[in-house]
Amino acid sequence: MKIEELRAKLLAAARANPPGDHVPLAFERRVLAHLAVKPPVELAALWARALWRATVPCVAITVLLGVFSFIPTRNIMNSTNEEDLSQTFEQTLLASSDQQEEIW
Amino acid sequence: MERTEAELIAAAVKGDPSSFEPLIQKYSPRVFATARRYARLEREVEDIAQEIWIKAFQKLGSFRGDAPFEHWLMRLSVRTCYDFLRAHQRNRESSFSEISDPEDDWLERFAAAPESTSEHATAAIQLIARILDQMSPAGRLIITLLELEDRSVKEIAELTGWSVPLVKVRAFRARGEMKKILERITKEKYL
Repeated sequence: MKIEELRAKLLAAARANPPGDHVPLAFERRVLAHLAVKPPVELAALWARALWRATVPCVAITVLLGVFSFIPTRNIMNSTNEEDLSQTFEQTLLASSDQQEEIW
Repeated sequence: MERTEAELIAAAVKGDPSSFEPLIQKYSPRVFATARRYARLEREVEDIAQEIWIKAFQKLGSFRGDAPFEHWLMRLSVRTCYDFLRAHQRNRESSFSEISDPEDDWLERFAAAPESTSEHATAAIQLIARILDQMSPAGRLIITLLELEDRSVKEIAELTGWSVPLVKVRAFRARGEMKKILERITKEKYL
């Protein structure tokens, strides 16, 4: 059997018999009724949208906090003659124990 | 006074669904004819047509009016039909033992005398529908637009949103895919 001939014959059959274009009765009413109904509220979609909206403020806050945490460090470093913030913190935290050692 | 198409579209964009009704009435025959190319069951056809109109109403704001509304709607229809094909991909590997007796008879008559076999026979129409059902969604879409609706590659590119080279590549593949299916039928039947 010649495949190409069969293919042409079958395609000609499909071309010669195009599908009908009849529309079911009151189809437009059905579509309009569908359009009039408000879609049900989806909690998951609302939650996802809220999360997306919160992304930008969260990133902005993170960046700001990062900048703020960096600035005081530099100020302390400048004011205490190259002392590190960690050292200042350690000294403050251990100040009471140092005093106790001096007393004994 | 009867409102023009542009006025109806403008009112629908503002959220008046009743302005959409004359458009649905006017263009539904074309929408149904398109949907019937890709779905066999009438229930599926109605679902596709309904989805097309709902999408059209929702996306009407993107219609710029520089081309006829019908062209915009047809693009939406073809893309919705393609989505339907992808979502309802049937078992394409099923055997051709499902071929009915009239289809079998038609094939035998074709094998004996190809020229005299009628292309108007119901069996031939059912057979081509069965073959298209076996094809991949992209292959079926391309064959339908290119071979059955006689559209140009450029038109198909506009309708589908694919590039012209992609349409050409997919058309080449679709023809090969169809040939393989036909070879499988003839092998199963005559070898």
